[in-house]
Amino acid sequence: MSSHDLLDIVRRDPRAEWIARNRLHPLHGTLVDDDAAEVRGPSGLLRKYPHRVGFIGPNGIKRIDRLKGNAAASGKGRRSAAQEVQLPLHRVENPDFYIVVVADMVGGRLTGHDKDVLGQAHKLAAGIEGAGAVLTVGFGSAKEEHFDTAGVDRLLVLDDDIYEGYCPEQRLAALLQVENEYQPRHWLFPDSVNGGTDLGSRLAARLHERPAVQAWQVDHQTAVCRGAGGTMDITRETPRLLMLAEECADQIDETRHEALPVTLTPVSVISQLQDQGPVAVDPNAVALAEAEFILSAGNGIHDWDQFHAAAAVLGATEGASRVAVDDGFMPRFRQVGATGTWVTARVYLAVGISGAIQHMQGIGQCDKVIAINTDAGCDMVKRASLSAIGDSEEILGELIKRVQAFRAQPSIEGDQDAA
Amino acid sequence: MQPNSSQKLKIVTLVSVGKHPQSGRVRRADQDSRAVELGLRLSADQADGLVVLHAGDPNEPSLRSYAGMGLTAINVLQLDPAADAVAPLGEQLHQSGADIVLTGVRAESGEGSGMLPYQLAEKLGWSIVPRVADIVSVKEGVAEVLQALPRGQRRAVKVRLPFIASIDTAAPMARQSAFGPAQRAAMTVTVVNAETDTLRQSWHEAVAKKRPKRLKVIKAKTAAERFKAATAKSQSEGGRIMKQESAGEQAQAILDLLVEEGVLR
Repeated sequence: MSSHDLLDIVRRDPRAEWIARNRLHPLHGTLVDDDAAEVRGPSGLLRKYPHRVGFIGPNGIKRIDRLKGNAAASGKGRRSAAQEVQLPLHRVENPDFYIVVVADMVGGRLTGHDKDVLGQAHKLAAGIEGAGAVLTVGFGSAKEEHFDTAGVDRLLVLDDDIYEGYCPEQRLAALLQVENEYQPRHWLFPDSVNGGTDLGSRLAARLHERPAVQAWQVDHQTAVCRGAGGTMDITRETPRLLMLAEECADQIDETRHEALPVTLTPVSVISQLQDQGPVAVDPNAVALAEAEFILSAGNGIHDWDQFHAAAAVLGATEGASRVAVDDGFMPRFRQVGATGTWVTARVYLAVGISGAIQHMQGIGQCDKVIAINTDAGCDMVKRASLSAIGDSEEILGELIKRVQAFRAQPSIEGDQDAA
Repeated sequence: MQPNSSQKLKIVTLVSVGKHPQSGRVRRADQDSRAVELGLRLSADQADGLVVLHAGDPNEPSLRSYAGMGLTAINVLQLDPAADAVAPLGEQLHQSGADIVLTGVRAESGEGSGMLPYQLAEKLGWSIVPRVADIVSVKEGVAEVLQALPRGQRRAVKVRLPFIASIDTAAPMARQSAFGPAQRAAMTVTVVNAETDTLRQSWHEAVAKKRPKRLKVIKAKTAAERFKAATAKSQSEGGRIMKQESAGEQAQAILDLLVEEGVLR
């Protein structure tokens, strides 16, 4: 008891304090911890050491960062070192149950709709007792790099050859395997034209489930879904299989997930449907708003015949900026932008468009933007994932040649395969 | 569309009661009428080749607007409005037999889940081809079908008869409905007994509420971050800029990206 009291007494060492105050003393460094700008004093008070706050700026002047590293990146060198925030990892070691999300994975990447459904899956899992894992099933080769931040706990990518192309029966067989192996608590599909509805309906019919379709407000007890062509709201108990509307729930953005790969042995089934491949459609007959690949022309185009030829060779739908339309080179219904059409193309190839804000709004939903421009500092180049700086006529000419060569090449390979 | 005329195709189109999306008035459903149109085209050279089947109330006025497309009769399975139509429809198709069954993708009234063709296919053990834009040919028991894909694309699919096809809005437009033939068409009514859809009776149905718009939540911790979010200008997202390379190299890089994205067909 008494010894404990003795230990509680703070004993000062006047000499050590004196050395600590005197920065010129040879022993100063041994007594003072250089790293901490804030230390607890002997009486427990927080001591700030004003000499150690801040850092020495590039021109030798002391800087104190009172924004704690959140200031707008101004320096050229420092922007690349932007704060890469490491989100907390959500880990599910031994899941009590699974929620399966069958993602559309258009072009091998999670769509926004897929991410909404993943968010919904975590919302459902949170409402159910026990630790649930979200198993994501994707067909075809996956190009997605951010499964972890999208909320995927377990990842099943079925990229065998038998799942290539349109093979709903084959995919259904794989889902039935998942059903047997994991007995998921819920099956979630995006209610989309990209295959989610088809697969979900097939599975529901096979499992004799009554799915909720176009569900837009779902928790673990009730689901609200649109019926009667979107004119009625049906409130019902949450079924086991759901096909969810877009923006059904918020996407995952505050956690990282494991995305542990799991495997499944592929089982081949005899398919009644034979995919004969895509049928060539005239790209210019496709509405601009829903075209997948747009070649768009702006003020930088001078050889319009070459531009039309390039669009034909690439198989791209033609678009134009407002300037090109106003100058009479393109019809009004080809105009992209806030005053024209808001496009949703996956790939947008902008030739000679510097990117007025109205135009940038119009291409806001495009995934990949490629810019061909003479000005490296324009807004379109900033937005683009690939920019070629140079003369558009020259680059388009080269592109036409190379695409023609590329188109000639696969047929040779195909002949070799056949032989 | 050149269906093989040597063999007689039996085509059944299932029709439902449509509802205008704005006015809510009863009408012929858009996709179902396209399915009738496609059925009429496929069976153009056969008298009474197309059977149009409806499960529900035979006095429904919208059925007449299907009949006005040039049908001589509509077969109606009369059942209770609360009954489940899948079982009697499956029974009817099983008994009468069919080569091609055409439906819409989703009904404009009722639950509108789009499950009926799938449930029928499961029940009968037939194939289902969803979102069909056109049936190109039927030869030796195999049909070549064009499927409507998003972004205006089409896919050719071969399927063995019999099959069920749900018709997309990309299919050819339905012909006009004429009043006279609509009144003259016969309604062949068969009264059937069907189980009541008990699950649906526990549901609560209401007029659709407007969905709340998703808000852009800014998760900023400091004033500076909020300011940045409010005034953000388009910044480079680390895109690749090719400045010094020759036009050939630039074109090759563009081509590689196009190939990687799979847009070159």
